[in-house]
Amino acid sequence: MAIELQQLVQVVAGAMALGADAGAPIAGGHVSPGPAWAMLIPALPLLGVLIAMFAAIFRVKSKLPAYAAVACLGAAFVVTVALWRQLGGGTQVIHGWDWIRFSWGPGEGQTFIANFGLYVDSLTCLWMLFVTGLATLIALYASEYMSHDQGTGYCRFFAAFCLFVLSMTCLVMADNMILLYLGWEGVGLCSYLLIGYFYKKPSAVAAAKKAFIMNRIGDLGLALGVMLTFVHFGTIEYVQLFASERLQEYLALVGEGRLSEIPLQAQLIPVLLMIGAFGKSAQLPLYVWLPDAMEGPTPVSALIHAATMVTAGVFLIARTFPVFVLSEWALPVVAWVGALTALLAATIGMAQFDIKRIMAYSTVSQLGYMFAGLGVLTTTGAAFHVFTHAFFKATLFLCCGAVMHGMAGQLDLRKLSGLMKVPGWRIVSLAMLVGCLNLAGFPFTAGFFSKDMIIAESFVTPGYGAIGWILLITAGLTAYYTFRVFFRVFVGPVHYEAGDEAHGHDDAHAHDAHGHDAHHAAHGDAHGHDHGAHSHDAHGAHDDHHAGEFHPHAPGWAINTVLTVLAVASILAAGVYFVNKPDHGWVGSMVHDSTAHYVSPFAHHEAAADGAGHDAAHGHAADGHGEHATGHGDEHAAAHAGTFLGMNPHEVMYYVSGVVGFLGIGAAFGLHYLGRTTAARSKADDLLPLLGPIPRWAQNKWYVDELYDFLVRIPLWVASHILHVIDKLLVDGLVNLFGWLPRAFGSIVRPSQSGVLHQYALGMAGGLAVLMVIVLVVLR
Amino acid sequence: MMDVIASTLAQSGWPEAMPAPTLAHYLFVSVAMFAIGLVGFLTRRNLIIMFLCTELMFQAAGIALVAFGRYHLDYNGQTFVIFVVTVAAAEAALALALVVLLFRKRESLSADEWAEMRG
Repeated sequence: MAIELQQLVQVVAGAMALGADAGAPIAGGHVSPGPAWAMLIPALPLLGVLIAMFAAIFRVKSKLPAYAAVACLGAAFVVTVALWRQLGGGTQVIHGWDWIRFSWGPGEGQTFIANFGLYVDSLTCLWMLFVTGLATLIALYASEYMSHDQGTGYCRFFAAFCLFVLSMTCLVMADNMILLYLGWEGVGLCSYLLIGYFYKKPSAVAAAKKAFIMNRIGDLGLALGVMLTFVHFGTIEYVQLFASERLQEYLALVGEGRLSEIPLQAQLIPVLLMIGAFGKSAQLPLYVWLPDAMEGPTPVSALIHAATMVTAGVFLIARTFPVFVLSEWALPVVAWVGALTALLAATIGMAQFDIKRIMAYSTVSQLGYMFAGLGVLTTTGAAFHVFTHAFFKATLFLCCGAVMHGMAGQLDLRKLSGLMKVPGWRIVSLAMLVGCLNLAGFPFTAGFFSKDMIIAESFVTPGYGAIGWILLITAGLTAYYTFRVFFRVFVGPVHYEAGDEAHGHDDAHAHDAHGHDAHHAAHGDAHGHDHGAHSHDAHGAHDDHHAGEFHPHAPGWAINTVLTVLAVASILAAGVYFVNKPDHGWVGSMVHDSTAHYVSPFAHHEAAADGAGHDAAHGHAADGHGEHATGHGDEHAAAHAGTFLGMNPHEVMYYVSGVVGFLGIGAAFGLHYLGRTTAARSKADDLLPLLGPIPRWAQNKWYVDELYDFLVRIPLWVASHILHVIDKLLVDGLVNLFGWLPRAFGSIVRPSQSGVLHQYALGMAGGLAVLMVIVLVVLR
Repeated sequence: MMDVIASTLAQSGWPEAMPAPTLAHYLFVSVAMFAIGLVGFLTRRNLIIMFLCTELMFQAAGIALVAFGRYHLDYNGQTFVIFVVTVAAAEAALALALVVLLFRKRESLSADEWAEMRG
């Protein structure tokens, strides 16, 4: 570890030399005021919230709130596109209104300013494009998915949904850390509200609380980080922060490799911000809330817990990357945590049976890739993976959601099979295939390129070879568990059983059945197939499932449209890799113009290897720093750049990760498709005993929840009981003692108050006598 | 007639000429009255008697005040007694009314009927 750190310091030093020598700040471009209409981006989701709210007040039973949400979010997407198109390469700041401003002295750092302003650079645009775009599509999907609780629940859903997009907008577009924090808490709140959407279900409520509490732990880190940023740099506005002399001074120190001269306070900032990022993005110590968050409705899982909110941690690190390079600990920790999370979540995902859970663990795993990418200094790779992951993971979740919706909540891959052959499920199955290919890293898919970039960069960066290997193994596991789902659920013999929500839908389904019958009479063939599938199923499965009673309803137009669009987008997302190729594709150019811009010294290595054509481009990447900078970079690269088994990782990784992907898919094909005749069992079940107890451990999530129970919940429980006893005995005892003393004294004195007049008189007379004795005898 | 007898007796030296009463005599009377009142208050159960006993004690104090006033050639003592008598008159009216009310409640004048303030 010590050696790796040493190497990292040199890496950072070399990299920063490139940036610092030319005097170009890491923050991209110069700052100019942006167009005021950019404020529409947060305003439109707010309008959606208000419409859904009024729809709830007036008890609207139609799909109005859904279509209003789709319209508002769609408009926000259009505005985002317009904002991005006019942006050019620079940074724009749009001042909304003065929000928080107070000062307690005339000096530097004695005025606290947090305005409601937007900070727009290409990183902001990149995030906002997929946030608003996916939100629009998923809202459309949800209009159908949530249709069974039309009424106030429907309004509540879309109000929270739009509020989420509003919060995410605040988070991503904020021009200061306080507004970012507001958005950060806002998305946490919406996540809580939407996970607990089915609030009558205890498990959903528990999951919502778990997510909220886990996020609080991370948010504490973020809050402290923001505070420390103000204390140290005297501002929390990005423009001032990135331009501050102090930060430039530190970056110069980093550039010279004198990391130890940076004050500890400044080095602590990224560590604290990192804790916040780990909480929100479900990284290793704090990941356990995300799989449980699947209790929420599937569109929520797709949007919040796969595509957008959980990437907020990646965004935070990318946005404050200049601060992150100040610490010699932060980025290595990020990289290791990311890699270990990726591996751990993938192993758990392999052993789960609930397809939505598998996708949840896969999300945790892919987020681990993104963090590893950030940690090995490829912000481009991380952002690219965020971008592609947003599309294909949303696709995968929405496919799972379609299955869940149609199969009355059935998500167990042992009870579903061959959906591709069921009429009406073709689009879902094909979209699922596209998503799976992406996630598995099948060659020439978007997921292949983005994952590849991170793995290659891990091998290139010295000291991180181990992370590269972990990520490569994880890629194989990912391919396996992804296609395990596909081969089990979507191909093979046709079989399906209703899930546990069937009873909740009884009325609707009885009605449905009648409807079907009527359709039979009228149309015959389409539904005839359906019936055929049922009888086939009844013959094939020989279980207690009564085929005639359960009719899965195939997804309607909204779900199919959204899945089609997303599947196509997932495929096309690969294309952005080839746009503006020398800069690592379109995403690379987006990152290049932003605060996350970071020139890895090994970029030159790649350039040198890839050919002369790239050299010019990388001259551009280094902002034409001239011979000195380039020479510096090459020197470092030549001295320290890692290799993959002695080969240049950038060249061979395409083939290696392609082969690894094929191996994973092949394993899944052999174990879960070949020769499988029932839904419940496959060849893998015969091989599992060979692994001993390991599959059971993995299926039980490596007992991490139990470990947390043991480490946190049980000690707390014991401590609370001990404190309860102390409270009862000591605190209550003390209070009661003060109540008891006068009572005891009173019970002694009380008998003197006999109520008999003569006794009082006698008392007085006696008192008088005593006084007289004292006066006449004693005092004399 | 009576005058003649009296003057005759007086000339014969009977009764003997009494010495002028001193402060001690008045105080003796006062203490005696107070003691009678106190003992009466403590021993009797009849509310009216008890009330009269308090009056007795009041007036005992009054005598002592007047005696001291005279002894010191000061009118404050007498002034004070006039106030006491005035207040005592008002208080007597109140007290008797109370006694009547108490009697109506229990159809008895015994002070033992009333012991509700027992702690």
